[in-house]
Amino acid sequence: MIPLRARSVIFNEAAVAAGPRIIRLSTNTERPSPLRSNEAFFARFRDPWPDGFSWYVALAGDSAIEMPPEIPGAALPAEFAYLGDGDVISLEPSAGIVRVLFRKSSSYNHFLLTERCNNSCLMCSQPPRAVQDGWIVDEILEALPLIDRSAAEIGFTGGEPTLLGDRFIELVRATESYLPNTALHILSNGRSFAKDGFAALLAAVRHHDLMIGIPLYSDLPHEHDYVVQADGAFDETIRGILNLKQHHVRVELRVVLQRPTTKRLPDLARFIARNLLFVDHVALMALEITGFAKANLDRLWIDPMEYGRELQSAVGVLSRAGIRTSIYNSQLCVLPKDLHHFARRSISDWKQQYLPVCDQCSARERCAGFFETSGTKISQGIAPIIAEAA
Amino acid sequence: MSRFREPEYYDASAEALYTMLPWRFARLRDDTYVLTNMVGEYLTLPRSELESFATGALPAGHPAYNELKSRHFLFDDDTNVAIDLLALKTRTKLAPLANFTGLHIFVATLRCEHSCPYCQVSRANDDRTEFDMSEATARMALDLVFKSPSPAIKIEFQGGEPLLNLPLLRFVVSEAKKRNDAEGRDLAFVIATNLAMLTEEHLEFAREHDILISTSLDGPADLHNRNRPRPGQDSHQRAIDGIKRARAALGFHRVGALMTTTSASLTRVKDIIDEYVRMDFGGIFLRPLSPYGFAIKTKFYQSYDQRRWLEFYFEGLDYIIELNRRGLDFIEHYAAMVLKKMLTPLQTSYVDLMTPAGIGIGALVYNYDGTVYASDESRMLAEMGDQTFALGNVHKNSYEEIILSDKLLDPIEQSFAASSPGCAWCAFEPYCGSDPVFHHATQGDFLGKKPLSAFCTRNMAVFRGLIERMEADEEVCAIFERWANLI
Repeated sequence: MIPLRARSVIFNEAAVAAGPRIIRLSTNTERPSPLRSNEAFFARFRDPWPDGFSWYVALAGDSAIEMPPEIPGAALPAEFAYLGDGDVISLEPSAGIVRVLFRKSSSYNHFLLTERCNNSCLMCSQPPRAVQDGWIVDEILEALPLIDRSAAEIGFTGGEPTLLGDRFIELVRATESYLPNTALHILSNGRSFAKDGFAALLAAVRHHDLMIGIPLYSDLPHEHDYVVQADGAFDETIRGILNLKQHHVRVELRVVLQRPTTKRLPDLARFIARNLLFVDHVALMALEITGFAKANLDRLWIDPMEYGRELQSAVGVLSRAGIRTSIYNSQLCVLPKDLHHFARRSISDWKQQYLPVCDQCSARERCAGFFETSGTKISQGIAPIIAEAA
Repeated sequence: MSRFREPEYYDASAEALYTMLPWRFARLRDDTYVLTNMVGEYLTLPRSELESFATGALPAGHPAYNELKSRHFLFDDDTNVAIDLLALKTRTKLAPLANFTGLHIFVATLRCEHSCPYCQVSRANDDRTEFDMSEATARMALDLVFKSPSPAIKIEFQGGEPLLNLPLLRFVVSEAKKRNDAEGRDLAFVIATNLAMLTEEHLEFAREHDILISTSLDGPADLHNRNRPRPGQDSHQRAIDGIKRARAALGFHRVGALMTTTSASLTRVKDIIDEYVRMDFGGIFLRPLSPYGFAIKTKFYQSYDQRRWLEFYFEGLDYIIELNRRGLDFIEHYAAMVLKKMLTPLQTSYVDLMTPAGIGIGALVYNYDGTVYASDESRMLAEMGDQTFALGNVHKNSYEEIILSDKLLDPIEQSFAASSPGCAWCAFEPYCGSDPVFHHATQGDFLGKKPLSAFCTRNMAVFRGLIERMEADEEVCAIFERWANLI
């Protein structure tokens, strides 16, 4: 999902009078009328204005001019052209803001639950802020019932979502209630679940398809604590994982590949296979250079060519132990060949890029590519894979 | 300037002395020692570092310190979650005990048309039915089977040659399935057969009830036929044909084979392994010969000592490792079960590697006449005239009388290796088992004196041999890791 906040939105007077609204878009001129009063009609190609919708939304300079003045309406800048039927947006006329909460056409939408966090990871892509942002929960609770019930998967991220406590549980419960066929993936540092009661509360929701993604960076507690910049975090995270699994909540471990911890990757793998064999997935993730990672680039960046051997050894240990293992965010050409089938195209389409040199590569369609933020930190090993003659 | 702190800030390891968690050590060779923790995680260290660790003098940040910390040999001011993890791993290793008896062996008949000199149970001419299990006995035995709390029940038919008493097999299978409708256990059946008399009727029966086949294959034809005489001297050919027919009828993976080692086998380990490879088995169990039954009467057991068997074993193991290097996935089952204890948090259910001992807990044997034995070996001992491990009879005794009898509880109580003299301080205790039947048979004592125990000598050599091979070669580590997780 793109957390776009556009300030160049023009609202009509009726919109200002109506106040803020979270609403689902429809592009269907034949939409059954009982549904229209709870939806906004999104005009794309100078459609005639159908009756009965509670809002009208159009792209600025387009059909916006002819919008009926007595109905709340918004004219959006051209960058919103991607919006479509079934998308959910938040309209704030008094602030002149529109935010996109859910895109039906995307296979994965995530919600940032809070910007607060009790870790401060060296490479955090979403640096935490100590702000009072409880309003976000209200907004999501309002949006969830509007989300298309055939959505494959949604995600909760942060900050640290579990810092919301009971409200976090309330959100998971709402997801289970309104989206009974949708998988829920939650990114958490797991520390809150060191309290067994909290893990039990989450389990009691009995969500039908829930996975908690928890970062673990080292088998040595102080190395993990250093990466997450929080003393004692390792012990809490481990206890959290144990409690979650004790209550049969699925857990994915997420290991970012970065200079301070690549040397002990095989040790971490052995530690996981020996102590946490019951986890449901391990994702080994190449560094995304954004947020804090940019500030700490010198201590974090390591060319993937330098850790190929450790990665190979770690994946070997994990996969032989029968743990489902994936490599995220890595280009195929910098991975040892026997690891290619562990690599996933994990970079979201809107962040994904290829280099000019990739044009000659026969593996491009299978390759994760680069983050658009990769900038100058490109591996020395990037080279097109030329298909071998059969 | 930076809001980020340096690694040292988070490392409180050096602020106070470390606390040791339970650990043991043994000399591997020369200056190298192997250290094990209470759940079998191990590492090797030179003597000086071992001494340093043992005397509380190993400095934080030393490479050995980190390895010991990661493997839960110690904890310090930095962290104490090690205790939670160690407790969890200990529970995991012991958890299978709570299931109690999963394997139930029915001796369907003592009749057999083979006359193998090493046979560990007595046999009878194959036309006399007084050595057959009756339906009445089987019914009483099934009462006991379903008294076991185990969620998984495996009923294995042994003999003699169990296929010679097909009506009884049919009765047990249908009766057990009927009872299981209400019980809902994970119920499986195995027939241990030499396959020589295999008919289409047998295969149809096995196919209908998803029955597994376990057969004997001692090696190439000359060796197999010498070990396993029968009228016509065609045991090997019949076994091979039977394996092929059974695979075709039941499914490739539903047919297993076991070999028995005799003195004639000792120079032939590669030929034996090649025979298993040729027959497309995924592995082999290089078994030691047991001291029971005919094996002892015919002096087979004395004919070679443990040292000779170990040479045979390691020659075979190294050959199998070589096969793996050359791209063949093929395992040695005994090594794989030990490696599971070494390299994974899980436990093996192999009776000889269980502590407390697997007698009664791992398996119960219901003899053709209704006598209940604590293990297969207990029955063999009884055939030699020693009734020590005959726990009762299905016609006379209740489940409680059998399971709670002193005859079973005494040897089990004495078989906790972690508290046995000689085992309690052994670095290899987490990998080992207890075998009160063996020690009773050879030393007249459930516990046995370990320095005199062939069981101890053999296992110690295997544990060392496996660790030495992993220490010497990373590729072997990867091969062994795969085995450990396969079994």
